[in-house]
Amino acid sequence: MNVLLSWLQEFAPFDQDPTVLAETMTDLGMVVESVSETGNSWDGIVVARVLDLRPHPEADRIQLVDVDAGDGEALQICCGAFNMSVGDLVPLATLGTTMPGGLEISRRKLRGEWSNGMLCSAAELEVAEDADGIYLLDEAALATGNTTGAALNEALGVSTDVLFELDIEGNRPDALSVMGVARDLAARLGLAFQIPEPTVIESDSKAADRCSASIIDPDLCQRFGLRVLDNITVGESPGWMASRLTAAGMRPINSIVDISNYVMLELGQPNHTYDLSLVADGHLGVRRGRDGESLVTLDDVERPVGPDDGLIVNAADEPIGLAGVMGGASTEISDQTTSVVVEAAVWDRMTVAKTSRRLGLRSEASMRFERGGDPYVIELALDRFCQLAQELCGATVATGRVVEEGQLRPSAAAEVRIDKVNELLNTELSPADVSALLDPIGFATTPQVEADADGRGAVLAVDIPSWRPDSAVEIDVIEEIARHHGYSKSGLRVPTPTQAGRLSPTQQARRRVRRAILGAGYSEAMPMPFLAPDDLERAGLEDVGLRLSNPLVADESVLRTSLLPGLLKAVLHNQSHRNGPVRLYELGRVFHPSQDELPVEKEILAACASGFDEATDDASRSAAAAATQLLTRFTGELNLTGVGITNAEVPGLHPTRAATISFRGATIGAVGEVDPAVLDRFGVHGRVSWLEVELTPLVPALEKAVSYKTISFYPSSDIDLAFVVADDIPASAVLRTMVKAGGSLLQSAELFDTFRSTQLGEDRRSLAYRLRLQASDRTLTDTEVAEVRTACIDAVAAAHKAELR
Amino acid sequence: MIDDIKTHEVAALDAVAKADNMIQLDEAATAALGKSAPLIGAKRQLGSLPVEDRKAAGRALNEAKDRITAAIEARRSELGDAERAGQLQAERLDLTELMGSPVTGHAHAVTQAWEELEDVFVGMGFRIAEGPEVETDWHNFDALNIPPGHPARDGFDSIYVEHGDSGATLLRTHTSPVQIRTMLDQEPPIYIVAPGRVFRRDTADATHMPVFHQIEGLVVDKGISLADLAGTMEAFTERYFGSGFSSRLRPNHFPFTEPSGEFDVQRPDGSWLELGGCGMVHPNVLRAGGIDPEEWSGFAFGFGIDRLALMKFGIGDLREFFTNDIRFLRQF
Repeated sequence: MNVLLSWLQEFAPFDQDPTVLAETMTDLGMVVESVSETGNSWDGIVVARVLDLRPHPEADRIQLVDVDAGDGEALQICCGAFNMSVGDLVPLATLGTTMPGGLEISRRKLRGEWSNGMLCSAAELEVAEDADGIYLLDEAALATGNTTGAALNEALGVSTDVLFELDIEGNRPDALSVMGVARDLAARLGLAFQIPEPTVIESDSKAADRCSASIIDPDLCQRFGLRVLDNITVGESPGWMASRLTAAGMRPINSIVDISNYVMLELGQPNHTYDLSLVADGHLGVRRGRDGESLVTLDDVERPVGPDDGLIVNAADEPIGLAGVMGGASTEISDQTTSVVVEAAVWDRMTVAKTSRRLGLRSEASMRFERGGDPYVIELALDRFCQLAQELCGATVATGRVVEEGQLRPSAAAEVRIDKVNELLNTELSPADVSALLDPIGFATTPQVEADADGRGAVLAVDIPSWRPDSAVEIDVIEEIARHHGYSKSGLRVPTPTQAGRLSPTQQARRRVRRAILGAGYSEAMPMPFLAPDDLERAGLEDVGLRLSNPLVADESVLRTSLLPGLLKAVLHNQSHRNGPVRLYELGRVFHPSQDELPVEKEILAACASGFDEATDDASRSAAAAATQLLTRFTGELNLTGVGITNAEVPGLHPTRAATISFRGATIGAVGEVDPAVLDRFGVHGRVSWLEVELTPLVPALEKAVSYKTISFYPSSDIDLAFVVADDIPASAVLRTMVKAGGSLLQSAELFDTFRSTQLGEDRRSLAYRLRLQASDRTLTDTEVAEVRTACIDAVAAAHKAELR
Repeated sequence: MIDDIKTHEVAALDAVAKADNMIQLDEAATAALGKSAPLIGAKRQLGSLPVEDRKAAGRALNEAKDRITAAIEARRSELGDAERAGQLQAERLDLTELMGSPVTGHAHAVTQAWEELEDVFVGMGFRIAEGPEVETDWHNFDALNIPPGHPARDGFDSIYVEHGDSGATLLRTHTSPVQIRTMLDQEPPIYIVAPGRVFRRDTADATHMPVFHQIEGLVVDKGISLADLAGTMEAFTERYFGSGFSSRLRPNHFPFTEPSGEFDVQRPDGSWLELGGCGMVHPNVLRAGGIDPEEWSGFAFGFGIDRLALMKFGIGDLREFFTNDIRFLRQF
């Protein structure tokens, strides 16, 4: 919403500095986005009279124009427009002028002829979009008598002004008008606010004899008002009006349309004019549309309407307008129009919202109706329209108005407890203080309960004005009090919670997990959680992702059930930008369908690394090894014990290079290489490692404090054992067997070497383990060490048919 | 005899001094003091000397041996030092070749801003609350005083999920439903912030993404007023942005708070940054959370995490956060 200072001043005597006014409006919640001076951009542009027109000897598209710029001399201008005649008054940008668009005017030669300035079009003056001809000035309408040489500003009666660009919130339909802004601002500044009463000279004709209205569906329209005007001459609007509309962001079109817009901007009430001769019997009805009906709107488009739309219909029950959205073509004002009926109505918000959205026809008018209008402003708006039409279009106004009422929104009233006000705002306002804040903005207060001896318990009854449909209950009124008292007057206080601030176990776990994975060299990616419909299938996963009902694009229409597709796309992005091998992780949520109120959400850590060769012989350099080593590092850094892996087929992963991760009996993730077929489908080169772990099952373990075990200072003994083991026996199984057999003396056991050779035979490999034995209370004897050694060897031999090498 | 000893000593000392390496030194030592060395031979001859000469010759012999031994040790040490020095010279490394590449990963810029915000609020006594990213429309709207048909619902450009009844499940459009879940979960007093991922049906551009991140704050306690809100925002501003920064509240409108405000942060140079929305929790929202608005009052606030991260690192385009380009990620 753009408002001009001069326009505001028609409602209250604002004489403060524009900066102060801007700050005050912002502090009232009408945020001033910008403050600018207007009218100054015409410096150097004067009124000139055309003395002579003649062809340019060397060019067809320009002519030579002699003008008198006030000194009686003929000044030659080269001009590309041909719409003027000798004697016309035209705007001349004199030498040295900077045009509103930034162009600087200098003396120059065009095809050998001097041009001593520029004649301006409406577009160049920024008064209208018409760029086709010179903006011809209506001599009769100019403010000064002998006008050649006068500054264009003064001649058109446009003075410098200040333009405030305001951002108005959805709950303030009243502030979508100059009047509403002025009311709020005047109240805060303690200035008298007064609405100028439009003077309408009424003719002998009576409006009620000329037109009538009926509201057939009362829920559509709160109030519906009409006035009739005759002898209308449609022309161009005067400069002051055109420039105000332009400043407000609306394009001047013709005097009738401009007056209509002007009244809307000034009073917040949209209105519409009909050619009375085209409205059968002068009757306008209001009803819902019916299926199968249609209407040709002002833009000459035939639009189907239905029960969700509000219509204005004629005496024959034919649609002639879309309520609150757009008028119909059949009753449009034209050059032949002499009598019009002007309508101002307050429509149902939701109906207008639905219609304008469905048809993609959102306008200044529909926006105001959607936010909610003031049903009692229509008389003022109709009168103001008539007054301006009288002055600018020579209209005569028929006596009286025709007003019908539909379903009125009940007027709202609230009981406001002064104690509640002061509690919530940290203020010490008296009932009188509150009244002084509320009354000027139309929230009429009457004392309902007086304060007791302690000054407590006072209650005010507050009638909420009709222009504030958002306001209904006590808290709404308290907001008005706060707004007008000033938020800053509540002061600053920092409440002190008795609890200690801290992260929850899950949040702490998340941070530790992140630290561990970062330490391993993985950077955090943030893929979108939306997938294309075939992404899960391409990733080798079951296509069970939840569908979005209204996705923006089909490629983002499925909720992920796995972080795999997103990270593979991230790897691909980096490969296609030749970024070299990458290590990426994501800590994010996946979504699984469920029968419960909400889908199941799981927080998953997934990490992948790219840049591994296709199937290398050296297992330790494989992508799978990178993944398992990451897991080991990860669990080590988190001090997690009891994490194990089991070779298994995992969807999306390499069928013979994958394992599930178990922790305390539950499967919490998977580790291995991404299935090369999946990589192919995603276009990823080389092999990619994969680790995914669900966060939640780790939380209790991470939360638990470490329980310290005494370190032994007695000597330890190491035993190295190498077994020849069949390929289908996991190394981890052999290890587990030894740990079990080793008993309490076994401090640690780890795999330190594997190798294959032809001597060992097909499908077998050697696994070498180092066992460390130690007691906490004594030095172990050779016999004890030997016993453990034998126990381990026997157990492994028995359990896995493994031979000691 | 004594003259002979002198001659042998001179010869031996000369040989030691001339030894250029440990092998030559060992040879010189053997020649001077070994079994077949002249001095050792001279010692054997001492017995054949007259008694009066024997003593003097013996002393001269021992002194000569001591001097030679000392010379050998001194030379050995010299040669050892030189050899070590030579070896160290030969081991010279260009350490600049050996820097390697950094191996640590980088947390996402949004994560860094997110954790920093958590830390600031934890320091102010807040706990961190969380909630689901897929929400019921009741938690996301109704409970927040945005009943069905309320125009504000359209303003949120929600993305709905095909789960349960049509229109009943959506990707949360803000972190505010966490307010409701917290109130239903826990008795006041409540002091929480809820950072999280939120979703809007927005086409991606430099300042919009369909996925972004917010942090929400909620305080419910006895006697909480607009002053507590303003004071908390001011305290947060100083702690997060620094001591030269201050804040202000100005009226705004949200369905879930009343009075509602916008909180702006003023930079040391006087310019303003619109940070987020806030207000006193609407009585209807407290009621939806099972809290009696006559007994308790509260305030809430919320703002975008992504924008803070953009500003902190001087990033011009929100879309960069989601490219996952390692050249971007490793800068933070």
